Amino acid sequence: MGRYVVRRLLQMIPVFIGATLLIFLMVNVMGDPIAGLCGERQCDPATAARLEQEFGLDKPVWQQYVTYMGNVFTGDFGTAFNGQEVTELMATAFPVTVRLTLIAILFEIVIGVTLGVVTGLRRGRPVDTGVLLLTLVVISVPTFVTGLLLQLLLGVKWGWIRPSVSSEAPFDELILPGLVLASVSLAYVTRLTRTSIAENRRSDYVRTAIAKGLPRRRVVVRHLLRNSLIPVVTFIGADIGFLMGGAIVTERIFNIHGVGYQLYQGILRQNTQTVVGFVTVLVLVFLVANLVVDLLYAVLDPRIRYV
Amino acid sequence: MLLEVRDLHVEFRTRDGVAKAVNGVTYGVDEGETLAVLGESGSGKSVTAQAIMGILDTPPGRITGGEVVFQGRDLLRLKEEERRRIRGAEMAMIFQDALSALNPVLTVGDQLAEMFTVHRGMSRKDARAEAVELMDRVRIPAARERVRQYPHQFSGGMRQRIMIAMAIALEPALIIADEPTTALDVTVQAQVMELLAELQREYRMGLILITHDLGVVADVADRIAVMYAGRIVESAPVHDIYKAPAHPYTRGLLDSIPRLDHKGRELYAIKGLPPNLTRIPPGCPFHPRCPLARDVCTTDDPPLYEVSGTRGSACHFWRECLDG
Amino acid sequence: MSDRHEEPEAAIAGTSMGGAMDLGVDEAESLEKRPGPDGAEPEERPRSLWSDAWRDLRRNPVFIVSALVILFLVFISLWPSAITSGSPLKCDLSKAQEGSRPGHPFGFDGQGCDVYTRTVYGARTSVAVGVLATLGVAVLGSVLGALAGFFGGISDSVLSRITDVFFAIPVVLGGLVLLSVITSNTVWPVIGFIVLLGWPQISRIARGAVITAKQNDYVQAARALGASNSRLLLRHIAPNAVAPVIVVATIALGTYIALEATLSYLGVGLKPPSVSWGIDISSASPYIRNAPHALLWPSGALAITVLAFIMLGDAVRDALDPKLR
Repeated sequence: MGRYVVRRLLQMIPVFIGATLLIFLMVNVMGDPIAGLCGERQCDPATAARLEQEFGLDKPVWQQYVTYMGNVFTGDFGTAFNGQEVTELMATAFPVTVRLTLIAILFEIVIGVTLGVVTGLRRGRPVDTGVLLLTLVVISVPTFVTGLLLQLLLGVKWGWIRPSVSSEAPFDELILPGLVLASVSLAYVTRLTRTSIAENRRSDYVRTAIAKGLPRRRVVVRHLLRNSLIPVVTFIGADIGFLMGGAIVTERIFNIHGVGYQLYQGILRQNTQTVVGFVTVLVLVFLVANLVVDLLYAVLDPRIRYV
Repeated sequence: MLLEVRDLHVEFRTRDGVAKAVNGVTYGVDEGETLAVLGESGSGKSVTAQAIMGILDTPPGRITGGEVVFQGRDLLRLKEEERRRIRGAEMAMIFQDALSALNPVLTVGDQLAEMFTVHRGMSRKDARAEAVELMDRVRIPAARERVRQYPHQFSGGMRQRIMIAMAIALEPALIIADEPTTALDVTVQAQVMELLAELQREYRMGLILITHDLGVVADVADRIAVMYAGRIVESAPVHDIYKAPAHPYTRGLLDSIPRLDHKGRELYAIKGLPPNLTRIPPGCPFHPRCPLARDVCTTDDPPLYEVSGTRGSACHFWRECLDG
Repeated sequence: MSDRHEEPEAAIAGTSMGGAMDLGVDEAESLEKRPGPDGAEPEERPRSLWSDAWRDLRRNPVFIVSALVILFLVFISLWPSAITSGSPLKCDLSKAQEGSRPGHPFGFDGQGCDVYTRTVYGARTSVAVGVLATLGVAVLGSVLGALAGFFGGISDSVLSRITDVFFAIPVVLGGLVLLSVITSNTVWPVIGFIVLLGWPQISRIARGAVITAKQNDYVQAARALGASNSRLLLRHIAPNAVAPVIVVATIALGTYIALEATLSYLGVGLKPPSVSWGIDISSASPYIRNAPHALLWPSGALAITVLAFIMLGDAVRDALDPKLR
């Protein structure tokens, strides 16, 4: 196991470098990194030259990347367009997005798994067909449409919730945005659980459990669920990274000042430091989440051995 | 009689119509007796066993008639909860492929101990001790250590021993073994069969041995019931059958066993294929493949004729068959 | 593992011990899927796989409905003027946010443009982006994936790492970064971006399918008989590996349409005066209180379009892989 972890960590290095370099190149080469630094106006040539030198922009891109990453590993993520430290922005933005992601994951587990188990055990019945159709609709409607519609109905028409989230973003205000963020994954979790349950329900070991005279409840919980949820758990684990990266749309709809909001601002103002900094952290979260999922797999399924 | 199946009928709903898997099966097994049920895949032998155990998938399966009388009670009339209490405790089943029949993510100890905690209300610790003892009894070496291992860590033969241990855990009156050695290596087959036969003698259990391996049958069975297209075509004490089969299908099965004293001769094979269960031919279902078939066989479904006090054959021409 | 050698492993599920008795498959199991002892596994006969699939599809109402919806969408993207006489760019500010009226069934949006006409014309963008991006992704992804799967070794490891890199970048985020600096007003940057970030998904599928197909006995046999690599890949492996790629690509087509709309909603996909459902939804969202119809019609059209492609992919997958049913 230890050797496997080390090998996986080593494999993560090129992926990490590749992903961050890609983003770094996109922002630097495609955009104009000093465009946003002089306010609304174009910078005059002298200031531009001075700024370029100050940020090391006159050097080759690979050198800039190395310098930047060197700084990152000493905890210096640079400064944002308004002179704020990027790390400061992160300190306010990440807790919000983490809360949002937590709520989304909770929805996936509670609603997605429950619906999946119910439909998987009643395959072919009306409730199964209904839920299956509903999941297709949820997957098909893009998140931003779902978000806008729910905001329109619950926030504007019926007034159940505040249509936009305050800057503190407490848990209760994030419930609806969390549901919106989770929606597509939730539908996938439902379908995955359903397929997994339905598949395992016909398996030999479930038949054995019934032949042993175990009560139905025990057959389902101890034998069927334990096996069927292995792929679901791994899906949800891997989803953490996707959700945090995908929160841009949800955060924009509900005006949540999280990671997505900061990134959006950074991109609009072409602020390299903010964008690359946030993306670097997101990529790390994604990679670590995937590693944890792989290790979790071994814990859940004793047949898997890592060497 | 410990168990009597009377005129059992089972159907399956399929996309191509209703498949009649079991059509009026009648057989019985006594305490300490071994009944071998013989037949090809699709003959209904496993479905009958599942109906007896009450583990038939419904739907698509459906029991449309008959009785399963076990220790004086018709199981088909019992409530599901009552049947559940009988399953595992009074009658147990051994499956063909122990690797898939055992839960891959639970230790074998957990799976054995479960029998005691659920049916006997034992504490986890006592149940675990019973599990170790069971593994000892089916002669798994180092039981105390291996009780914590998972099914995939055992060899095929050892896994089948664990299945047997699970079946005998609560000393049931009846064991149904569905092709218990088919998935095993030939040398291991004999060991496992021997163990099963020994335990059966020790506990005086009734044993229904479902198989298509005539070699296994000769050694351990008391009686044989041969199934074809969901019905019994011949039922007889084991030695009678081997001496002279009273049904052309049984004869075909016996002739298709490779024998050392017939070395060099061409191996006999029954011509044709078993019938499609959604379209069983009228008359005797075996007539399209039968060397003795005549006109009457295409119209009249033969009943189980009484050949002797202990023997029956569902062939219009059983006498002819018996004479060879 | 002390008894590892005393009992040789022979526990291959369903291994038959031979003789005349193993003509069929196991009762209860086979009865549900395919009764009777007829025929071989469909995977072994690619031609019957496709004709079986087609027979299944023709009887599947989900397939029929989604195929009809898609045909209709393709039709109106080619000839939008067949069902609308207006122009999507002819707007009259004095009619802004007005509801439906004769001749303008969907009402007007915030700029006073006819929502019906814009919704009809929006189909063209979505279908164009969806189809072209899917083609690009499918070609690039399956070629790279198939080569990596077939040749293995270093090229395979390198490709796997590269796909890992692309997977690690959140799609919407990548789109924002890359497309925010592009000022072009055509669909090409969006399509290019989707191909750039979409191909690893298909290449993984293709790679897996090729590796599976490569291990088939008849491929091994063809190789033993001296078939060349290109012949093996094109004649023996590709026909077997193409089914999963088609399924995933069909479903992906729906998600690409959704992605284009999302990017346009965020202001980096297509930009006005292009006509796109994403743009319309975005521009309608500030008026959500007064003119919800301007938001609902393009949203509905978008949802139905994506749904149609995803359901089509679902139906095709069911037909091509009966095991998943």
